[in-house]
Amino acid sequence: MSRPEPEHYVAPIEEDELNTMDASELPDRRSNLWFDAWRDLRRRPLFYAAMAITLGVVVMAVFPTLFTSVPPNDNCQLMLGTRGPDLGARAPGHPMGFTLQGCDVYARVVWGARTSLTVGLLVVAISAIIGIPMGALAGFYGGWVDSVLSRIGDIFFSVPYFLAAVVVMTVMSSHKNVWVISLAIGGFAWASLARLLRAEVLQVKNKEFVAASEALGRSKFSTLMRHVLPNSLTPVIVSLTVSLGGAIVAEATLSFLGVGLGSSVMSWGNDISEAQQTIRTAPMALFWPSLFLTVTVLAFIILGELVRDALDPKARARR
Amino acid sequence: MLRYILRRLLQALPVFLGTTFLIYALVFAMPGDPVLALFGERTPNPAQLESLRAHYNLDKPFIVQYLLYLQGIVTGNMGETFSGRSVSDVLHAAMPVTVKLVIMAVLMEFVLSVVIGMISGLLARKAAIVDYINLIIALVLNSVPVFVAMFFAQYWIGIRRGWAPVTVGGNATWGAMFLPALVIALTIYVTGMRLMRGTVVESQHEDYVRTAYAKGLRPSRVIPVHILRNSLIPVVTNSAASFGYLIASTTVTEAIWDIPGVGNTLYQAILRGEGPTVVSFVTVLTVAYVVLNILVDLLYAVLDPRIHYV
Repeated sequence: MSRPEPEHYVAPIEEDELNTMDASELPDRRSNLWFDAWRDLRRRPLFYAAMAITLGVVVMAVFPTLFTSVPPNDNCQLMLGTRGPDLGARAPGHPMGFTLQGCDVYARVVWGARTSLTVGLLVVAISAIIGIPMGALAGFYGGWVDSVLSRIGDIFFSVPYFLAAVVVMTVMSSHKNVWVISLAIGGFAWASLARLLRAEVLQVKNKEFVAASEALGRSKFSTLMRHVLPNSLTPVIVSLTVSLGGAIVAEATLSFLGVGLGSSVMSWGNDISEAQQTIRTAPMALFWPSLFLTVTVLAFIILGELVRDALDPKARARR
Repeated sequence: MLRYILRRLLQALPVFLGTTFLIYALVFAMPGDPVLALFGERTPNPAQLESLRAHYNLDKPFIVQYLLYLQGIVTGNMGETFSGRSVSDVLHAAMPVTVKLVIMAVLMEFVLSVVIGMISGLLARKAAIVDYINLIIALVLNSVPVFVAMFFAQYWIGIRRGWAPVTVGGNATWGAMFLPALVIALTIYVTGMRLMRGTVVESQHEDYVRTAYAKGLRPSRVIPVHILRNSLIPVVTNSAASFGYLIASTTVTEAIWDIPGVGNTLYQAILRGEGPTVVSFVTVLTVAYVVLNILVDLLYAVLDPRIHYV
């Protein structure tokens, strides 16, 4: 006797919708803040312009001889003797004319990029070296560590760093060089960076992944280094980009006032200061170093702004 | 309120002590002879050296030196310049000029911030391009180094067109300082402008603005009364803060236009290599900056009813 096979109702396989769902290819994108920011930046023409200027200045700073064969302080007095009375006028081989001392303006402007960029990078490095530990430790550990570090930061923050640099450079007037001036600026510029990072760390340290890391037995300091700090650095990087421009201006301003680099060092600020005397007769000698200074600073500030914008998901969503 | 003010002042005390100590330490805790260092490449005459050593009490322990120096700041005895005038006399003559210049610059900055920020904020949705161009212009103006902007104005408007005096000199009237003040305002209005723009954009979505439109008010009434008034507080405090900042940093402006203010006296002291005078001026400017910042904090509490002073 054979039992009848029970009849089962089996629904026809309707995989159409699921298939379409599987088949619809999601764009293969990693959802990562920096990756998104990069995609965003690539769509903006201003980003390319700022990058091009930045690269140009970097190349000029590293290989000035690609642009000019004239050393910045070469034969100035000699040319002063031969070029006649027309100060600031163009001459063959000297597209931007001469300074009051008879130096070639173009050569000096090209060589000036190195000084400005060096000071800018040194200041940024110094403020990062002081500011990042100060801000991170204050924000992460809180309590008395925060009180002490934040009060120290407040004091440095309350001294306008330009004035502090004037004092440092006055005292160190026998050692006017790139290192001292960078230390004078960076030694005070770090305070705003530390504040920024502290605020960010305060937010990040309450996130779940930090609690998870500690629950898994990672030590506090290791959690700070591996999880909190990397996730708090975004505003710091933006701020450093902008302050690179600020540091270049600060150096030029100090040199302009006569408490910056020595007159033998090529610096846009020094040249602007010197050309100030001939603003009526030879305005172009003033114009060229000013233009290079302004465009360089502008490039860094715009770059910082664009990166800030690109890294802010809320701002991105609004567009 | 009074308790809040007192508490705020008490909190500011360590900052005040710290900043003055920092400047003092920068000069007098450096290795080597601080008095000689202040003279730089110049060779001072022995009488000057002696009087400076006496003035800074360099024979006493460091902490006593600092306390005596602090006493000097508080009582207004800041020593003498090399020409024999007392530093406080020089400041007394120069400060009103600087304050005048800065007041003008801050007022202009305020107007620029409010007007341009308002336009940008109102057009942020309807004409985003105007908003964008406004921001770019402000950013560009902001990144021009102050002295470059000053020279540009001095050359084009002062020398080439002759519309304004090329230098101010002894004649520091409101009119003569108009152009320098305007250039300052143009280089710093970006912050206030962005604050204004931000609050205007936000307040357009607030319930009270929608209600105002819903009950039939025209934009000509809603914009000034409902949007503008409620967006002003951050801009006002920003302008107040830039007052303190500008008092401390008019050096370049005053040097270029030869305005006889505090910044220019600092510049002249730098040029003459008068280290001790430079230090005195920087101290005064820093103290002014710290005090004005405290006042701004208090102003913020007074203006914004949402902040409770406990």
